[in-house]
Amino acid sequence: MSIIVNHVDHIYNPGTVFEKKALNDVTFSVENGEYIGLVGRTGSGKSTLVTHLNGLMKPTGGGIYYDGVDISSDGYDIKALRGKVGLVFQYPEHQLFEEDVFADVCFGPKNLGLKETEIELRAYEALKAVGIKDEQFYVSPFDLSGGEKRRVAIAGVLAMKPEVLVLDEPCAGLDPAGREEILALADHLHSSLNITVIIVSHSMDDLAEHVERILVMNDGMLVMDAPTRVVFGHRAELEAMGLAVPEVTAILSDLKKAGLPVRDDLITIEEARSEILRVFGK
Amino acid sequence: MIRDITLGQYYPTDSVLHRLDPRVKLCGTLIYVISLFLFQTFTGYIVATVFLVSMIALSHVPVKFIFRGLKAILFILVFTAVLNTFLTPGRELVSFWKITITIEGVRLAAFMILRLVYLIIGSSLMTLTTTPSNLTDGLEKSLGWLKVFRVPVHEIAMMMSIALTFIPVLLEETDRIIKAQQARGADFESGNIIRRVKSLVPILVPLFISAFRRANDLAIAMESRCYHGGDGRTKMRPLAYGFRDIMAYVVLVLYLAVVIVVGIMF
Repeated sequence: MSIIVNHVDHIYNPGTVFEKKALNDVTFSVENGEYIGLVGRTGSGKSTLVTHLNGLMKPTGGGIYYDGVDISSDGYDIKALRGKVGLVFQYPEHQLFEEDVFADVCFGPKNLGLKETEIELRAYEALKAVGIKDEQFYVSPFDLSGGEKRRVAIAGVLAMKPEVLVLDEPCAGLDPAGREEILALADHLHSSLNITVIIVSHSMDDLAEHVERILVMNDGMLVMDAPTRVVFGHRAELEAMGLAVPEVTAILSDLKKAGLPVRDDLITIEEARSEILRVFGK
Repeated sequence: MIRDITLGQYYPTDSVLHRLDPRVKLCGTLIYVISLFLFQTFTGYIVATVFLVSMIALSHVPVKFIFRGLKAILFILVFTAVLNTFLTPGRELVSFWKITITIEGVRLAAFMILRLVYLIIGSSLMTLTTTPSNLTDGLEKSLGWLKVFRVPVHEIAMMMSIALTFIPVLLEETDRIIKAQQARGADFESGNIIRRVKSLVPILVPLFISAFRRANDLAIAMESRCYHGGDGRTKMRPLAYGFRDIMAYVVLVLYLAVVIVVGIMF
């Protein structure tokens, strides 16, 4: 599995007053097994970019290659691509529609034209992977809690057995426990099931603890593409774009400015804790 | 496909038509629509065409944008044209097998198409140049006299304005839901008619749920700002006629005069 995004542009409503350049010459590639975060402020083109990855939107310039094949080329099996690149939209629980949880999760694999037994097996595995209990399989999805609904919606995409899973703001509107569950789920899918995961998020703290590489979008352009630690070393640039570094990184760099001999390139709470304790000699 | 619907959409630019009082535009649209159904001759349609083309030119709205609204009614157009062509009795034009096409039929079909197309363009020109809030303000004020007959004019205007402002919101929502279901492999384009109708369920159910959620949120937001209907409510920008509006009424009266003259003479 590999995705190459090559000089992609996307212009909305060309030739009218509503014209807007949402993507401007975006180039990057994704290799098998990567764990990537995509950040940028609202309206920076993140969501537009991810809807290009499974062919829901077509670039107005440039090309996207999945396993080396241009997905805009004639006769490309776009439906199969949508099975391989699973896209979970923001507030995915808003797309639930079936009478019970199990039937809703079956929707994706059914659309892939699989056999009945295979469909049910995949739905079962997906629901287990996201931690939904057996007794909840046949209740209405609208009777579940917010976090459970979201996990069911994610299962609906997982049941298609994607090679790449894109999660657009998976934690939006959830409580801290719900956020942790979703991020732990993303970790599990990446490490145990070997799925390439891309998380779109505003929260640097969430990303710092999880992803290995970060892409930063600003005004339709890809402005940074580097390992997580490297990106968070650019505090001033990020803040100029209306973004931030993880809170602990900000605290450490403020401590350093105040004269304490701490390292300021640490990004997780655990690291920061031992560093501060080290400086105070405990 | 969803983005082709221009009904109720506003096109933000600056033009004489944009600056007119909404009451003038409402009145003008009404006169125009009535005139379309009064014309029985091609001369009449030349008058209607001249009027419409000059209004489009005045509006500064791109022509492409105006015509996009017609795509949505293409089916109705073809349907009326076919029915009129084949089912109108009269002098024979061509005849094959059991079907006869009459001169009157062709004429009627052409008129019907012109009427529908002009009707849609004329009324979308009004919504394209008037913001929804302006439009309902104008409607509320022009129909204010109906209050005497206990018609809830304010409530109707408020409902209309909410409906109009939510059209783009719901279209966007529909677009999002369609994409989300397509991401799960949904296919809305292939299969027979029953399959296609069935394929709409994954769109309609979430859409209805979201519409109810939005309605609920809006009701709470309005009540928490003490909304209690139109009585005693003041306006930030009360409608007032200016010189431009009076000139527009003069133009409308002239148009009406031409319509009547053409109706009698030709």
